[in-house]
Amino acid sequence: MSRNIPVRVRLALALAVIAACLAIYAVGALAAELNFPTLTGRVVDAAGLLTPDQRHALEAKLKAHEDRTSDQVVVATVPNLQGTTIEDYANRLFRAWKLGQAKTNNGVLLLVAPQERKVRIEVGYGLEGALTDAQSRTITASAITPRFKTGDWFGGLDAGVDGILAILSRDAQEWQRAPEKKDEQADPVQVAIFVILLLVVLAVAWRMGRLGNRAGRGGGIVILPGPGSGGWGGGFSDGGPSGGFDGGFSGGGGSSGGGGASDGW
Amino acid sequence: MTTLTAGAQRQPSAARLLGVFSIVLVAIGLSGCGAVNRVPTLQEQAKSAWSEVQNQYQRRADLIPNLVETVKGYAQQEKDVLIGVTEARAKASSVKVDASTVSDPQKFKEYQDAQNQLSGALGRLLVTVERYPDLKSNQNFLALQSQLEGTENRIAVARRDYINAVQAYNTEVRTIPGRWIAAFLYPDAKPMETFTATPNADRPPNVKF
Repeated sequence: MSRNIPVRVRLALALAVIAACLAIYAVGALAAELNFPTLTGRVVDAAGLLTPDQRHALEAKLKAHEDRTSDQVVVATVPNLQGTTIEDYANRLFRAWKLGQAKTNNGVLLLVAPQERKVRIEVGYGLEGALTDAQSRTITASAITPRFKTGDWFGGLDAGVDGILAILSRDAQEWQRAPEKKDEQADPVQVAIFVILLLVVLAVAWRMGRLGNRAGRGGGIVILPGPGSGGWGGGFSDGGPSGGFDGGFSGGGGSSGGGGASDGW
Repeated sequence: MTTLTAGAQRQPSAARLLGVFSIVLVAIGLSGCGAVNRVPTLQEQAKSAWSEVQNQYQRRADLIPNLVETVKGYAQQEKDVLIGVTEARAKASSVKVDASTVSDPQKFKEYQDAQNQLSGALGRLLVTVERYPDLKSNQNFLALQSQLEGTENRIAVARRDYINAVQAYNTEVRTIPGRWIAAFLYPDAKPMETFTATPNADRPPNVKF
C-alpha cells in the first residue's frame, strides 16, 4: 500500500518541498540581528544630539563634497549599540546603508554612540588608501573626542567632518576623482536569457494555439516573469551617484571591510 | 510504417505537449531561483571571502617587523615578549596555504591555530607596552598601533564574511536540491571548513608580572 504512492500525492509532496525551499530563502534574506535607523540623509541623528540648524550645516558640507568627488560621507548618531562593539555595528550599518558608489566603494561613516561613549570612523574599501587608519585615529583623538568630553556634540562632529573632508579633498585632487556617469545598461546575459525564454514560450504557445484551433479549443495564456523580478536581481541593484535632494539620499552600493579607527571619551 | 509516422506527426499526443511544457516550466523555475548556478556561485563567493581572510592575516604579518623594531627601541628588556611575537609570526607565515586548505580540516586547523597563537603573542606585547609611557606617546608607535587595530578589525570582518559565505555554501551542497545538483554537475564541490570561535578571543590575555 505504502509503496504504491499515488501520483497526486507525490506531486503534492514535491510542491511542498519546493515551497519550503523558497520559504527558507525568504526567511534567510530577512534575518537581521541588529536594528538600524533608516538612511534619511547625510546626517542621521537617531540619538538626537543636534539641532535642525546644526544638522543642515553638516549636511550642506557633506553634499558639497559628494557633488565634487562622489565620495559619500555620512554622519550617524545612534542611541545605543544594541550590545555589540562599535566596530561591528559600524561595519554592519555601513553595509546596510551601502555607502559610497558601487564601483569605487568610496564611502565614509562617522558613527557616534553617546551611551557607550564611543566614536568610530568607518572607511569604505575604496578610500582606505586615502583615509588611513592612523589618520582616522588622529581625527578622532584630536578633533572629536576632546570636544565630546565637554559635551560639545556639534563642535566635535563639525571638526571631525572637516578633518575627514580635508583629507579626502586632498586625495581627490591628486587622483582627480570625479563623480561617475550613471550607466543604465542592462546586463546582456539577463537580456539574452529573457529573450530565449520568451521565444521558447511563444513557440510553445503558437504550437498549442495551432493545435487548439484544430481541436476546436481556445489558446492558453502565458504569464512570464520579467528580468529583475526577484531571482536575478540580487542585493546590489542600486548603483550610480545618488540624488542630491533632501530626503532623496540613498547609498550608492558601496561596501566596507572594517577600515578606519575607533575611539572613546 | 509511413502512415503511422505521419499520423503521429499530425497529432502530437497530449502527453508530449505536457512534456514540453513542463520542461519549459522547470527551466524557468530553475533559472529564476538560480538553482543550477547556485553551487558554483556560492563556492566562488566563499573562495573570495577566504582570500580576503588570508590577505588581512598577511597584512598583519607585514606590520609586525616594524612594530617589533619600534618597541625594541624603548623596551629592550622585554626581549621574551618580542621574541615570542617574532617566532609566532615566523610560524604563522610558514604554514602553507593553498586552495585545498579550506576543504581539509587538518590543514585548516593548523592555519587557524598558528594565527591564533600570533594573536595571543601580539596581545601580550600590547599589554607589556602599557608600562612604557615614552613608547606610548611615540608618534610612530601610535600610527602602528592604530594600523594594527585596524588590521585586527579587518580580520574580524573578513572572518565573519568568510563564515557567512561558507555557511551559505555548505548549506547548499548539503541540502536538496543543491546536493543533487552538486553531485551531478559539480563533483569537486566539497563542503568547506570554517572558523571556530576561539575561547577567550575577546578578552585580553593575562600577563603575570
